[in-house]
Amino acid sequence: MSANIENFPGTPLSQADFDEGKILTTHWKPKLEYGWDAGVAISRYLAELKNGRLIGIKCNRCRRTVVPPRVVCEWCWEPMEAWVYLEDTGTVNTFSICYIRWDATRAKEPQIPAVIEIDGASRGAGILHLLDEVNADDVTIGMKVQAVWKPAEERSGSITDIKYFRPT
Amino acid sequence: MAMRKVAVVGAGMTKFMRRAQETGRELAFQASRMALDSCEMTLDDIDAVALGTAPDAFDGLHMKGEYLSDGAGAWHKPYMRCYVGGGTGVFAAIQGWYHVASGLFDTCLVVCEEKMSSCQPHPQGAFITIFDHTTERALKPNLVWIFALEMNRYMTVHGIEKKDIARVAVKNKRNALDHPCAQLAADITVEDVLNSEVLAWPVQRLDISPTSDGAVAIVMAAEHVAKRITDKPAWVRGVGWSLDTAYWTSRDLYYPKYVEYAARMAYDMAGITEPRKEIHVVEPYDPFDYKELHHLEGLLLADKGDAARLTAEGVTARDGNMPVCPSGGMLGVGNPIAAAGLMKVSEIFWQLRGEAGKRQVPGQPQTGLAQSWGDLMQVGCVVILGV
Repeated sequence: MSANIENFPGTPLSQADFDEGKILTTHWKPKLEYGWDAGVAISRYLAELKNGRLIGIKCNRCRRTVVPPRVVCEWCWEPMEAWVYLEDTGTVNTFSICYIRWDATRAKEPQIPAVIEIDGASRGAGILHLLDEVNADDVTIGMKVQAVWKPAEERSGSITDIKYFRPT
Repeated sequence: MAMRKVAVVGAGMTKFMRRAQETGRELAFQASRMALDSCEMTLDDIDAVALGTAPDAFDGLHMKGEYLSDGAGAWHKPYMRCYVGGGTGVFAAIQGWYHVASGLFDTCLVVCEEKMSSCQPHPQGAFITIFDHTTERALKPNLVWIFALEMNRYMTVHGIEKKDIARVAVKNKRNALDHPCAQLAADITVEDVLNSEVLAWPVQRLDISPTSDGAVAIVMAAEHVAKRITDKPAWVRGVGWSLDTAYWTSRDLYYPKYVEYAARMAYDMAGITEPRKEIHVVEPYDPFDYKELHHLEGLLLADKGDAARLTAEGVTARDGNMPVCPSGGMLGVGNPIAAAGLMKVSEIFWQLRGEAGKRQVPGQPQTGLAQSWGDLMQVGCVVILGV
């Protein structure tokens, strides 16, 4: 069937169609605002970030410590209740050198997002954060890094209380 | 559990385009009408409609399923919309399958539509909402991050170089030259990929599929109906789907375990014990070139870390032993998210019926597999068709 069809439907538009005013378009910018409650597990996580500490949670059944903390172990679906303070150091699990912003516009200086396995959590348990104070070309998977915190008075109970991670 | 045999009996699609003149509703109508015409059916012959499309935020429309229902032919019919991220296109076919396999309906029209151009300046802006609002979004992430992080992990664990991955983009964009609906068909080289703009290393411009507008539809029917409609039904031999945890930073991204679970479910249902011998043509999800390799491994069609070698040796070429993305894939044909997944099911349907024209793989394939993937790198959906 596909082989016998010469003209598939659909009309691609070109820039010229817009320049020549052939296309009518209606624009709308939503004005939405949300307030997200942190919930039971993440409230403690944020409170400890404000204190300059990372905290995880352990499933005593799976013997797995994860971060960010959560109230249920997704493996065995039992409640997680054993809070565990973690180091603010870790290992780069993977990273990227990123030249585009969230809206696909281009940035001159790259950001280095990374998944960082946190010391004290189980192997493979990491968080998303950024690397800095390092030449992008020098970053490797397996690199040891440490959190760089905002000064105590500037911390607000947010993941951005850690400014970034840097090589140790 | 007694399940009825179900076949795909018709398929239709629009061109995939950067920006279409048609609205989503109009695209849905075009593809649906073409699918019905292809098997000489009318809407009166359709018992139920299954629809797949992206979240409402993409289009700025509340209840997009309802908005699209007219174009999808759902008036006064049982109608259901599904969404599992990029996995939607193949999942919609699974939904159509169980509507019919269950015995509830004899026929089901499955429609997938996407009009990504409405979200401006770029749909990346809508993608940010997939990240956790408290623990991740404050870092101002963008969607390409997670692909780049996964690609780097995959490359590093296996010691695969970028040039080995770039061959997938070259192959698929070339295959797409033979697809009449293709948006980004091109005759490019590995060097072109390696020299293209770095977006989020290791992801470069030509590693990545475009945003697209487009729609695809298929018609599914129970055995007694399918045999009246066509002497070449493509039977659904197996389906599978699986989700991994949304805590994506807590699992190793180098291997898509959830795709393996989805594949095993589908292979079990199809009675397939040696997929590498029994699957003759494959359409894995390829929004990025490394994803085709990643998914071939998850589908157990390549050893872990070995899919790049298969590509280099031509095994996955259209005339290779295991043709992969003979359509041109999403890298070449385009990526209107839900529609792209269903395009893969349609391609397998056309390949098995020997109707793929210039894209036809040699050797009269008997069994083919389509797979999609999505959300926070956590959803795998698989459909196996056979003639």
